Amino acid sequence: MTPSTGLPQPGGPYPPTEEMLAVPVPQEVQQAQARRLRAAWETPKGWRYVTAVNNSEVGKWYCLTALVFMLLAGVMALIIRLQLAVPENDLVSADRFNQLFTMHGSAMMFLFAVPMFEAVSILLLPGMLGARDMPFPRLSAFGYWCFLIGGVFVIGSIFFDVAPRAGWFMYPPLATKDEGPGSDIWLLGLSFIEVASIAAAVELIVGTLKCRPPGMRVNIMPLYAWYVLVVGGMILFAFPPLIAGDFLFELERSFDWPFFDPTRGGDPMLWQHLFWIFGHPEVYIIFLPSIAIAAMVIPTVARRPIFGYSWIVLSAVGTGFLSFGLWVHHMFTTGLPSISLGFFSAASEAVVIPTGIQIFAFLATLMAGRVKMTLPMLWISGALAIFTIGGLTGVMLALAPFDFQAHDTYFIVAHLHYTLFGGMVFPVIAGVYYFFPFIQKKLLSERLGKWAFWLTFSGFNLCFLPMHLTGLWGMPRRVYTYPSGLGWDWLNLISTVGAFVIAAGFATFVWDLIRPKHRQAQILRNPWGGGTLEWTHDVPEEAWGVRSIPHVSTRYPLWDQPDMLARLDAGRYYLPDAEEGKRETLVTSVIDAAPVQVQRVTGPTWITLWAAAFTGGAFIFPTFHWYPPAIISGVLAICCIIWWLWTATAQVPEADSKDAGLGLRLPTYAAGPASVGWWAMWITMLGDATAFASLVFGFFFYWTASPDFPPDGAAHAVPGLVALAAVAFALNWGLMVGARWLNRHERVALARACLGVAPLMAASGTAALVCAVIDLEPTAHVYPAILWALAIWIAVHSGAGVIMQLYCLAGSLFGKLTPRYDADIWNVSLFWHFVTISALVTCAVLGLAPGAL
Amino acid sequence: MLAGAVVLWLLVNGAFYYTSKVRPGAFDQRHARNILIGGGIVLPVVVLTALLVWGLSILPDLRRPGDGLVIRVTGEQWWWRVEYWPEGADAPVVTANEIRLPVGQRTEIHLTSDKVIHSFWIPALGGKMDMFPGRETMISLAPEKVGTYRGQCAEFCGASHAWMAFAAVVMEEGAFDQWLANEAADAVEPVSEAAERGAKIFLTEGCGACHAVRGTDAVGQVGPDLTHVGSRQTLGAGRIKVTLDDLSDWISHTDLLKPEVKMPSYDLEPEQLSDLATYLEGLK
Repeated sequence: MTPSTGLPQPGGPYPPTEEMLAVPVPQEVQQAQARRLRAAWETPKGWRYVTAVNNSEVGKWYCLTALVFMLLAGVMALIIRLQLAVPENDLVSADRFNQLFTMHGSAMMFLFAVPMFEAVSILLLPGMLGARDMPFPRLSAFGYWCFLIGGVFVIGSIFFDVAPRAGWFMYPPLATKDEGPGSDIWLLGLSFIEVASIAAAVELIVGTLKCRPPGMRVNIMPLYAWYVLVVGGMILFAFPPLIAGDFLFELERSFDWPFFDPTRGGDPMLWQHLFWIFGHPEVYIIFLPSIAIAAMVIPTVARRPIFGYSWIVLSAVGTGFLSFGLWVHHMFTTGLPSISLGFFSAASEAVVIPTGIQIFAFLATLMAGRVKMTLPMLWISGALAIFTIGGLTGVMLALAPFDFQAHDTYFIVAHLHYTLFGGMVFPVIAGVYYFFPFIQKKLLSERLGKWAFWLTFSGFNLCFLPMHLTGLWGMPRRVYTYPSGLGWDWLNLISTVGAFVIAAGFATFVWDLIRPKHRQAQILRNPWGGGTLEWTHDVPEEAWGVRSIPHVSTRYPLWDQPDMLARLDAGRYYLPDAEEGKRETLVTSVIDAAPVQVQRVTGPTWITLWAAAFTGGAFIFPTFHWYPPAIISGVLAICCIIWWLWTATAQVPEADSKDAGLGLRLPTYAAGPASVGWWAMWITMLGDATAFASLVFGFFFYWTASPDFPPDGAAHAVPGLVALAAVAFALNWGLMVGARWLNRHERVALARACLGVAPLMAASGTAALVCAVIDLEPTAHVYPAILWALAIWIAVHSGAGVIMQLYCLAGSLFGKLTPRYDADIWNVSLFWHFVTISALVTCAVLGLAPGAL
Repeated sequence: MLAGAVVLWLLVNGAFYYTSKVRPGAFDQRHARNILIGGGIVLPVVVLTALLVWGLSILPDLRRPGDGLVIRVTGEQWWWRVEYWPEGADAPVVTANEIRLPVGQRTEIHLTSDKVIHSFWIPALGGKMDMFPGRETMISLAPEKVGTYRGQCAEFCGASHAWMAFAAVVMEEGAFDQWLANEAADAVEPVSEAAERGAKIFLTEGCGACHAVRGTDAVGQVGPDLTHVGSRQTLGAGRIKVTLDDLSDWISHTDLLKPEVKMPSYDLEPEQLSDLATYLEGLK
């Protein structure tokens, strides 16, 4: 598919033979290499520390920030529990209480659970894969800063008494009609964070697929990496429907377009569908990474390889798929037809099977191994005890008739906390105890850890076990108080006491984490005796990650390849040096992990901070309806991103190939499917296409669910202009692909001409599309509103596409893009493949709808 | 179901405890495979199939057509507008914040909402059903025991969601018919001087702009119909009782009892307040 570019192919002996690996590296060579590597990977000091982009730094900030948000949300929970300790309490007002529980849920989900997965993965994954860093370090840093800004904005609103207050799933019309900026803060602030989450997911997927060490075929990669792949994929398909929903929701809030207003043809059920198509996979997005941590801890503890590796992988993938078919079980009481209820009941029960397989595989591993109980394992066992209760109540809730009774009661509150504590909080804490020596080269306290465990564990059960009963006795969730005499009083009091015991447990844990440890001795390498590559990292820590990137042939290389560690330290393996003073990591093929390229990765910079700040402005100012500063911020953000890409990505290398070690020569540049950038674009656009598909789903949802769609006598999009738009977008696509082909075949002038004309085509297509709907009144009815929404979606994408085309044109003129080094134009063409399809689908919907409906 | 859950929990966690504490390293590879297949696949498939068959077989109950009487309930923020449509009726009996059901009959309850989503739930009588603006949902209930139960809104609907409740009264059929006939009639005349004064205050203070008391000039439709408020079990949608004290309390401290409610608190002289309460309490 890729015509030859004249770029060299990988050459030299591969895989390395035992003789090659046995040759020692001279001491002075080792030292010189280490010096150069250290210089290239040095973490900035002093106030420049914030410009660091290395995964070890960004990952640490990410984890700490998510932890702080979690603690804040936990304090909110304590206030909630205090308010509910006794009936008719007036500690906080109804409004304040509603803000608190909305923010508790939203923060735990969006500011803790999902970011924590990404944070931990950014921190650990390169280590497990023997990579130096993530493939796009600056993207991680950008994502982190977006998360920080957005998170502070969203959670900060509670201090100004303007927090969202319609519940974390923001059901319209309550949330759309809500006065004050609360709902906008939720929508815009969290959309901003969701975009950052997707960016991190893209990076993690590409990191897992393309940045594994040579020889680590997919079937021997650590289970954690498999889970990252599954969860990353789920984020990619789960978040976009919510973003599409947010887009419609915010259009209704800001401009009164009636997407969820039943008086003008809208339907609040569309939000519920979009929200739960996101919301249910979300549960597994939170749960699977924690299982992944267990999958790393358990083999170490059992001192044997995991049992049923392929069973676990298949189950994880199966869970991922099934989780997208369960969303309706959150909507059993909305009056859907019985046939839907039956189907989704069955699907919800079915997900037990892959989950059960994973748990029993762990159990089997422990049974077949010789278990050595450690602190991380204690937390894992607590997780198992709690999670199985949550799972069993889940089995009950999946039965629609039981759910009719338990839905929206404290039974649900108990169930979801059992699954989330068992499926997320406990495993993550286990992970903290297990990986803390990897991160900080110190051990956490055994004694404090046990105290923290028993406090949290007993407090948790004290708090949430009675809630099952509270719920079955009829107490609905989300009530700011309740009358006495209904039998709920003592149960609530017990729960409140339990909540404070949990808090004591967390306080112990956090103290253990942050207490000064400089007098404590550093650990020996690999203190738990793990078998995977992250335990090869140096003590004391080196910013380079691995000294040289090993060739791996088994699932537990540290157990099975006894000579590996010494050779790795000596720099015997790949990329032991940084001769050009540049940060580099190895890119390998997707399935077999054969080395294909030396990837230059980016280093410390301020630009990501600026880009994140302005992107934040573009999302945050509209909350207060300050549109001019929002637009200025948006433009500045685009400028920053262009500057960042122009100066740091797809740079023409000083030589087209280099010695990667062990006699292997690898190209230093890749374009198209061979490059990580192309994969990132592909994956991003999959997510983008999912969001677009959600909007189209919205159109057809209205069509099938509502008899007056379109309303009688409705005006339609102008068919001639729609046709014109379709033709213009098709021509633009032809020019784009043509430009790529011509450029690679050295017809540079013609390619530039194509790149000059294509933006005009895209612009006229956009103009025609917008003109086709310009006379429709979007506030009148949902039909014109959804046509407008589709047109805006295409217009925004087309605008981004035009900027990219001009970027390529400029690249060609200034020597950044040549027939030989043409990664940018490959990525931009890929972008336009997706946008062209979206545009043509939009034209089809707009143009054909009047006849078909 | 609970017993099954306890057994399964003990099984899984017991197995775990056994391997980690009692006899580490007791099993070989083959046992491990049996555990994985037995516990991870066979066990859940068998248990879940049985559960599902049973669960889905009882699903249609809440959707079954009723025996004649239809009650239409509209969720408002934060109270219930209730209409009784006996079979063949061409105008409803309008009331609020209380549901009365004849025992031994299946009654259809048609649900909708004015602005935001609510959910109709009487825990003792059956499951819940959401109420949507612009759409009608239905649940049918067939109570088997006479008595008074608590019903409430189960879907978060704003500031005073916690105080959106009602009394559900299940009555013998004869008593129900009698009650319905009384409910259909206009309001009774005030029987005391205090009540008469209260009736005047009701009109002069503008209560009638929002509340209807049938047979008087009060015809407002914004708030609950008060024609027979004195005969109800609760005031303010399950908030308090319908006693003189509670009525006075409600009128003078509405917002305290029910945050952000639309009805303003009235700052009346104590005698006026007492008269008004007497009038309302008398509306049996």
